[in-house]
Amino acid sequence: MRRRTLLAASTAGTLSAAGTLSAAGTLLSACAPGRRRASDGRITLRFQSLAWQQESIEANKQLVAEWNAAHPDIRVDYVQGSWDSVHDQLLTSFEGGEAPDIIHDATDDLADFAYGGYLADLTGLLPQRLKDEIPPQTWQTATFAGAVHGVPFLQEPRVLIANRALLERSRVRIPTAERPWSWGEFEDAAKELTRDGTYGVAWPLKEPVSATLNLSLSTGGKVFHRGADGKVTVRFDAADQRVPRVIHDQLGGDRSAARTTLGMGGSDTLPGFFGGKYAMVPLGFSYRQQIVQQAPKGFAWTVLPSPAGPGGDQRQGVSPQTLSIAADSPYQKEAARFIDFFLRPPHMVRLARGDWMLPTGLTALRDPALHTRRHGWATGAALAGRLRPAPAQSVRGYPEWKDKVATPALQEYYSGAIGMGELRERLVEDGNLVLARYQR
Amino acid sequence: MSTRLTARRRAARTGQYLALLGYLVFLAFPLLWLVSTAFKPPRELASLHPGWIPDHPTLDNFRQAFDEQPLLRSAGNSLIASLAAAAITVVIATPMAYVMARHHRSPLSRAATGWIVVSQAFPFVLVIIPLFLVLKEVRLIDSLSGLIMVYVVWSLPFALWMLAGYARAVPRELEEAAAVDGASRLRTLISVTMPLLAPGIVATALFAFITAWNEFFFALVLLKSPQKQTMPVILTHFIGTEGVADLGPLAAASLLATLPSLVLFAVIQRRITSGTLAGAVKH
Repeated sequence: MRRRTLLAASTAGTLSAAGTLSAAGTLLSACAPGRRRASDGRITLRFQSLAWQQESIEANKQLVAEWNAAHPDIRVDYVQGSWDSVHDQLLTSFEGGEAPDIIHDATDDLADFAYGGYLADLTGLLPQRLKDEIPPQTWQTATFAGAVHGVPFLQEPRVLIANRALLERSRVRIPTAERPWSWGEFEDAAKELTRDGTYGVAWPLKEPVSATLNLSLSTGGKVFHRGADGKVTVRFDAADQRVPRVIHDQLGGDRSAARTTLGMGGSDTLPGFFGGKYAMVPLGFSYRQQIVQQAPKGFAWTVLPSPAGPGGDQRQGVSPQTLSIAADSPYQKEAARFIDFFLRPPHMVRLARGDWMLPTGLTALRDPALHTRRHGWATGAALAGRLRPAPAQSVRGYPEWKDKVATPALQEYYSGAIGMGELRERLVEDGNLVLARYQR
Repeated sequence: MSTRLTARRRAARTGQYLALLGYLVFLAFPLLWLVSTAFKPPRELASLHPGWIPDHPTLDNFRQAFDEQPLLRSAGNSLIASLAAAAITVVIATPMAYVMARHHRSPLSRAATGWIVVSQAFPFVLVIIPLFLVLKEVRLIDSLSGLIMVYVVWSLPFALWMLAGYARAVPRELEEAAAVDGASRLRTLISVTMPLLAPGIVATALFAFITAWNEFFFALVLLKSPQKQTMPVILTHFIGTEGVADLGPLAAASLLATLPSLVLFAVIQRRITSGTLAGAVKH
């Protein structure tokens, strides 16, 4: 879920943007302004939300309005942010002492901020109710150096969105969350579905790294290995290679995957999917909203679980959306109270439905609205227990490894320009050089 | 022989027109596609064979865009910032450019020219920290005034470069003739030089306006209050995780964002042309 940053893009030279800005951090932090408390003692908190879909924005604004109506002494100002620019915007806000009190982001974007000391440790701030609601493996996604820096509240598995008519017409077994395809069965199914101008699968691989890494968890792929000294090294062993090999073979071997989608994002594949060019598209769970909005009338589609690894292993990596509190907010307790209110189980359900994602809270996840077969909700909800922290998200230097090493290497591998040997060499050797700079 | 020459000339002229037509189509394509997308319902947006003209045109994208985001307010903020930046840039740049043009051999003018060239190479990331510090000191963070100041500073080097070129093209002889006719230095500047510089001033103002109108990064970083955000910042709110965009409303909002520039071009284009002609006749 990490977004490309303008700052990073503009300093592709010798200095990283984060480094440049961090160098000026102490200077800027010295300029922190006075905080917002009215003469009558009323507090105003700033909540920067990244909600962007219509229903999601409505749910966010409604919850803020409900809080404000019930808490006249602690007012929350809703501020709209954007996924596209949140990293740069937050970085400069932190540096200048202008950060919002309550921050919406994703766990894969938090590492820099958490290690930089910009985010409050929530361990002692959150009520036990909320702590108990979210499973330990999900808390793990927002835990950095032993401190919790965000409350993970929404997450989405990667699923296979399939053309139901083509699937039912074929001879393939239709997988369920309880009995998913193995990767081998998935390859066979894609081959079976490839006929008459239709490809079995379309892999939108404009950004191939997170898809590859997160799906590789099911085959035991880790890529990043933390040693006893806490240092992380890159490895690319047989378990890590299984998923990339499948994709590579589908694209260049049996041609059951369309090569034209290699440079596409998820949304770009939808016209072809609706037009019957692709039988299946691996996408994030929230893409269902676009499919509901855009699919031609009468188009039948279904949500299938992603293939499982050996022993039916359905683990996959996710980077949940989080709510954090700025370290320099003087009203951290009040901000934590708002987060507690905002993430009560019924509210989490509203937010999840607005974003077409899964809530992390166990009570919210049991809500019947999320277990309907309509639009594949039940399939997604059944996968929630298998979601794990994305392998890379706590690794410092991962964004650089991803942009400079892994993305071009994987793109070349998938396009057939290089083989597995060279892919491995580049990911590991070049990758470890990058990570070493962050771990001195 | 002459028939062959004429035929060759005609062929060359036809080729030129075809090239021009191709260029115009190339330029118009994104705008036409934007218009088409803004009026398409979601199902047509995801069609495998998209058409230019929507089968079922709708205003829903505009409604949704206005419902979700404060477009008018942000357009107002952008307009204030851009107009002010353009006006201030021109006021500052015009006399400076004139001096640079008339004394282009002086060391100061040469140094200024060198500095202008170098300043164009600065990436945003190098400028944003000192700017942030300075604006913070003078309490201009989160204010349109601060943003306007940044836009003026950012546009000024190129504006100077542009205007100095126009100023150099104004013949000295005209000013000397005016002096011979008894016009004072100020009168010469106002009555002779400025009308000839008018197209350059207008073009420079347009450049400064469009630079400010399209600017995203400074506005993103320097403005904190939702009430002050400008149009480019608001447009990013239609983009979600992994670059997924709410395409219809985004196109509708983007179309609205292009209108002021188009209107300004339409109005100003005539001014540029008439100014050029005025210069030619005078000369």
